[in-house]
Amino acid sequence: MTEPNHARRFAVVWLLATVIATPLVILLLGPNMPPGKATQQATGQVTDNTVLLAMATPVLLLVVIYLIYTVIYFRQPQGAVLEGPAIRGDARVQTTWIIVTSLLVLSLAVYGTTRLLSDNGAGSGSGPSPLTVPKGPKLPVQVIGQQWAFTYRYPTYGGVETPHLVLPVNQMVELHVTSLDVIHSFWARQLGVKADANPQVDNIAFVEPTRVQTFEVRCSELCGIWHGEMFDHGSVVTQAEFETWIHQQQVAFAPATKTLPPYSTTYLPKPTRRGG
Amino acid sequence: MTTTTAAVSTPQPAGRPLWRRLIGFNLLAAVALGVGGYYLGWFIGHQIKAPSLIYREKTSENDVALLLAYFFGVIGFLIGLGFANYPVSRLFGRPASLREKEDEGIGRYFGLCTDHKVVGIQYLVGIGVFFFIGGLNAMLIRTELLHPTPTVVGPNQYISLVGMHGTMMMGMMTSGILGPFANYFVPIMIGARRMAFPRIEALTFWLLMAAGFILTSTIFFGGFPTGWTGYEPLNDQAVMGMDSYIIFFALVGLSMCLLGLNMLATIMTMRAPGLTWSRLPIFVWSVLATSVLMVLAAPMLVATLLMAALDRTINTSFFIAGGGGSSYLFENLFWFFGHPEVYILALPGFGIVLELLPVFTRKPLWGYRLAISGMLGVSLLSFFVWQHHLFVSGINADLRPFYMLSTEIISIPTGFIFLCAMGTLWKARSSFSVPMLFCVAWVFNFLIGGLSGVFVSDAPSDTSTHGSFFTMAHFHYTIMGGLIFTFFAAIYYWVPKMTGLRFNERLAKWHFWLMFIAFNSTFMPLFAIGMMGQPRRVSEYASNLQALNIWVSISAFVLGFSMLIFLYNTVYSLIFVRLRAEQNPWRSKSIEWQIPHPVPVNNFEQIPVFDSDPYDYGVPLRVAGAQPASAGT
Repeated sequence: MTEPNHARRFAVVWLLATVIATPLVILLLGPNMPPGKATQQATGQVTDNTVLLAMATPVLLLVVIYLIYTVIYFRQPQGAVLEGPAIRGDARVQTTWIIVTSLLVLSLAVYGTTRLLSDNGAGSGSGPSPLTVPKGPKLPVQVIGQQWAFTYRYPTYGGVETPHLVLPVNQMVELHVTSLDVIHSFWARQLGVKADANPQVDNIAFVEPTRVQTFEVRCSELCGIWHGEMFDHGSVVTQAEFETWIHQQQVAFAPATKTLPPYSTTYLPKPTRRGG
Repeated sequence: MTTTTAAVSTPQPAGRPLWRRLIGFNLLAAVALGVGGYYLGWFIGHQIKAPSLIYREKTSENDVALLLAYFFGVIGFLIGLGFANYPVSRLFGRPASLREKEDEGIGRYFGLCTDHKVVGIQYLVGIGVFFFIGGLNAMLIRTELLHPTPTVVGPNQYISLVGMHGTMMMGMMTSGILGPFANYFVPIMIGARRMAFPRIEALTFWLLMAAGFILTSTIFFGGFPTGWTGYEPLNDQAVMGMDSYIIFFALVGLSMCLLGLNMLATIMTMRAPGLTWSRLPIFVWSVLATSVLMVLAAPMLVATLLMAALDRTINTSFFIAGGGGSSYLFENLFWFFGHPEVYILALPGFGIVLELLPVFTRKPLWGYRLAISGMLGVSLLSFFVWQHHLFVSGINADLRPFYMLSTEIISIPTGFIFLCAMGTLWKARSSFSVPMLFCVAWVFNFLIGGLSGVFVSDAPSDTSTHGSFFTMAHFHYTIMGGLIFTFFAAIYYWVPKMTGLRFNERLAKWHFWLMFIAFNSTFMPLFAIGMMGQPRRVSEYASNLQALNIWVSISAFVLGFSMLIFLYNTVYSLIFVRLRAEQNPWRSKSIEWQIPHPVPVNNFEQIPVFDSDPYDYGVPLRVAGAQPASAGT
């Protein structure tokens, strides 16, 4: 009985599948990957997700095709009690595997680090003193989380506090995320922004919207019973529209602004029921 | 080897009247003393007055009383079971009561018993009960999510359910494989007659049962709103139900730590002659790697919860930002335990898969040493990755590249396990009995879990996926797909040995296929739902996600139904029909299948001597002109 060369057959099938599937994944799935292209950071994440997907595809195919192949070809014949070959390992295969996986993993880490730093934190909360800060003028906006709503303060516009987030297009925004009570997480999905709001912590995230559009704001850290209701829409508007809007807000909230504590990167949290 | 001295089985005081047996130390006494202790603690708690406890007057809640009640309740429960008998007798210089050494009768399954085989079965049934309670919570969660706004249970009950489901599964199932199967089979596999510390072994089980009961009792105190992570300061703000969580996890941590300690001592010191480290079954190696994590990580959890309890009762402020503490501290401490914890769940699964594959492929384990280094590597590295849970939190943001690197490096040793599983399948003579099906499913599930893990481990990509249903789907693939599938593989494989009875194969196959398909159909769409913007732990979501959520809920109900098939099969095959199992139905060469059935109380008449590992399958391949021994993968 002549056995076919299983190793070669499997390798051919896998290579073929990889050569066909990987470009398809990159070209068809890639551009549709979340979170979309509303901001520089979101666009960067789409690229990252595409790269990761392209790297994962051959691995997925390798194991899945291997499983299917072995399940089909290496079965115990019906009713038989045959023994398999007593192979206890193969130094060549093991060494190759270790080298290839190590290289894959290291390149992933290097790629991730480069992207994280070149995108100024890639839209994620980077703490009170971010490692990389974008050049040029930035619009500071403070995001204040409290049970169960986000409010926004614009320190360069008299510290006015608004219930909705409106941002000007093509302007680098410096979000200062903080909390007045428990931990929240500010998630503007289409903007590609997520930053935890911790009490007495100034968590900075950078984002530059590139399209005029509305976006969702949600809380993504469990913060009590109405966690799911911490939901709002914000919008990215043109520079002129933004100026008009912010001046309307300044007028409308003028009495409230007077009673607010002066703008600060963090505020003393409300006492919790027991401690504080 | 010190195991050659035979343990002496103590004769029973024969013919003790029933009433005398009922009055002694048993489950009845345990419950009575537990309830007594509970009310004692409750009473003491209400007598304590202090200025820093002033909040109680405003809220009608008393955390001090509840924590003390739980504490004294557990102590009473353990005394009632007879855990104090031995130390007290020795203290007064009296001969120790050896009631727990009783070696026959159904009664020993309901009390303190130091026979590792009894403890194994106790664990299997006890954990099974809480597994089903946790699963029931999941069904209620999915029922609520049929509709985008709160309808069935409401937001308060909803987050309590989410918390109970997560905590129950993460807490109780930590010992899901080590509890039943390592306790039962590790001593047999290493040729020992018992565990190193039999009384501690029994203690870990009863601590876990007390813990499970306490967590369930949270529903009487308003539940808890924090999910299984218990983040501060929400923890501090929560009602008394939070105290149940704290005591539950502290007991689980204690039980886990003792279990790991016991396993380490047993495996290191009690191996039979000839059982060198390189002949140890791979399952025992995985237990060893898990135990290291348990011993090192669990104390951190207990300490953290103690601090949380102090914050909640006597107004310390470890975690309260306004009082000089930090919410980051809790996150740091919790995940320093929490990340090793997820590997505590995953590692025994690796062991089960690699232990079972050789039996069903009729081949030796491929790459034994590589598998060991994989397990130990995962075990070691898991202590260096915890801050990847905090990528967007703003904590140590400049360390993110390091945690990204360490997290991704951990996939190298995990890859070893895959290579060994795949190598064992190569040119095999596989027969697809039910345990084998679950093992093959593990390879697929854990692969999806691992590859989705790449997205959450990458800091830029994690910005979108963090805290969303994507992450939720990811860890269900690794924990449910990794642990629970291998848990069932182990049940179908080993229960015939443990009970002498076997499952109905047809029903078992139905269980497998339904579970595998429903599992994937439940969790695969969750990746998409998460990417489309549904955060974890919400009972309200965007209405355009409703169709997908309905699909997921229905799949989850089918998944729940597959568990009912298993339950039916258990009751039907093991209790009613009592299908007799063969002596060695899988033709395994492992030692546990070679000893008589039922396993004698002392396991071996004579301590065995080992001269090889248990993977002596297959025919040597040296036919002229054949393929090289293992052409590449």
